[in-house]
Amino acid sequence: MLRAAAAALCLAAFTLPAAAADYLPIPGGSFASVLPPDGKAAPAIVAPFRLRSLPVTNAEFLDFVRANRQWDRGRIASLFGDSQYLAHWSGPSDLGAAGRNQPVTRVSWFAAEAFCESEHARLPTWYEFEYVAAADESHADARGDPAWRERILDWYARPSTTALPDVGSTAKNYYGARDLHGLIWEWVGDYASLMISGDNRNQGDPDLLKFCGAGALSTQDRENYAILMRIALLSSLKAADTTANLGFRCAKDATGDGK
Amino acid sequence: MKLVATLMLCLAAFAVGATATAGNAATALPGRLSQPSMASGGPSRPFVASGALGLLPGDSVYQLDIPLTNQDAHASKLADLRGTPVLIAMFYTSCKYVCPLIVDSMLRIDKGLTADERSHLRVVLVSFDPAHDTPQALKTVADERHLDLPRWTLDRTDAESVRKLAAVLGVQYRAIENGDFNHSTVISLLDKDGRIAARSSRTGEADPDLLAATQRELGRN
Repeated sequence: MLRAAAAALCLAAFTLPAAAADYLPIPGGSFASVLPPDGKAAPAIVAPFRLRSLPVTNAEFLDFVRANRQWDRGRIASLFGDSQYLAHWSGPSDLGAAGRNQPVTRVSWFAAEAFCESEHARLPTWYEFEYVAAADESHADARGDPAWRERILDWYARPSTTALPDVGSTAKNYYGARDLHGLIWEWVGDYASLMISGDNRNQGDPDLLKFCGAGALSTQDRENYAILMRIALLSSLKAADTTANLGFRCAKDATGDGK
Repeated sequence: MKLVATLMLCLAAFAVGATATAGNAATALPGRLSQPSMASGGPSRPFVASGALGLLPGDSVYQLDIPLTNQDAHASKLADLRGTPVLIAMFYTSCKYVCPLIVDSMLRIDKGLTADERSHLRVVLVSFDPAHDTPQALKTVADERHLDLPRWTLDRTDAESVRKLAAVLGVQYRAIENGDFNHSTVISLLDKDGRIAARSSRTGEADPDLLAATQRELGRN
């Protein structure tokens, strides 16, 4: 009897989805963002949340596309993805030469959102991403360390003509997450609002609002180029855009079912 | 110091790349409007069937499956607007500065039309602020501004849908302190199938280009 139960349990374990994503608990906190919430120097507050330890892979995205055919590249509405959406796969549901464990790229913000929703998650906010990306292997905030900055910048200096490495190829950071630097660019849920000023003095003036982008950046951390480059890229995008080095990972709230 | 200079160059080079990306996206747009291009040789199904109105274009805003609740607590879907031209913008009720001007601009477009044209135009304002904009709050604004209900509607939706709608309409917004939002001003004209036919960022006056485009779409209706 006991043995049958054990066998059933064992079987159940095997029939679970193969790639149950690994979400890390991230304790909340406040930190000095390069985009201060008040446009001046106020700290950004991040509530406790959970973050995928790794970016989403081609294999994971393929499973999603096979289960949700409206997101395959042959059927996606042009509202939700440009003509290069998943163009590096050999077919709408075939990876071809694209590696199963390489991070999925050439995905639009809409497609990334839909994937995360399918696992009861969401895209991280910019502050959540920036907070976790501030860590090195042993410090929650390594941004003041010139050696660490240089290491990250080495990646940006590398030509992007070589194939993308598999996910997990960089060291675990302080929180246990990998690849926040050194692999790909990543979508965030609020990518479109990054250059909108947080200063409410701009609120009444539509012209000021239009041109306040540069003013949204804090002067405290202008040497944090690794992060500034992410902001520059994300701010240039529209939600249906895709690029060869832009992927994503998902996040969930600390409690409840994620959203 | 030398390192800093190198890094500055690096950032500058990057910024150029980003601009090029945005430029490519922009030039790709007209082609997309006329004929959704499919990347693959797979089954080509750019259109989704949608009842008696025929196939919904791939670039229609109505591809978004978004629930709306209006000032009278009546629930609908964004795609229910299909069938007639629509002026649509985003706002929030506690907004003191720009939002009343957005409503002004839309009212002036309305006034620039003949009574017959006007009767075929829907005007829709969707709130950024689902946490505060209840049907009651929306109703108060509709009454204060003497909006022509139900041809005009003020709607709320959930937070996730706010982001998606803002993304397709090209509206940037950010919650700031005291419950306010900073946001760009965009009034979009949708054709009867939900494709963006014209956009305007002018507030407080009837944008003549937007008015002309609205008359054109109504003429096609």
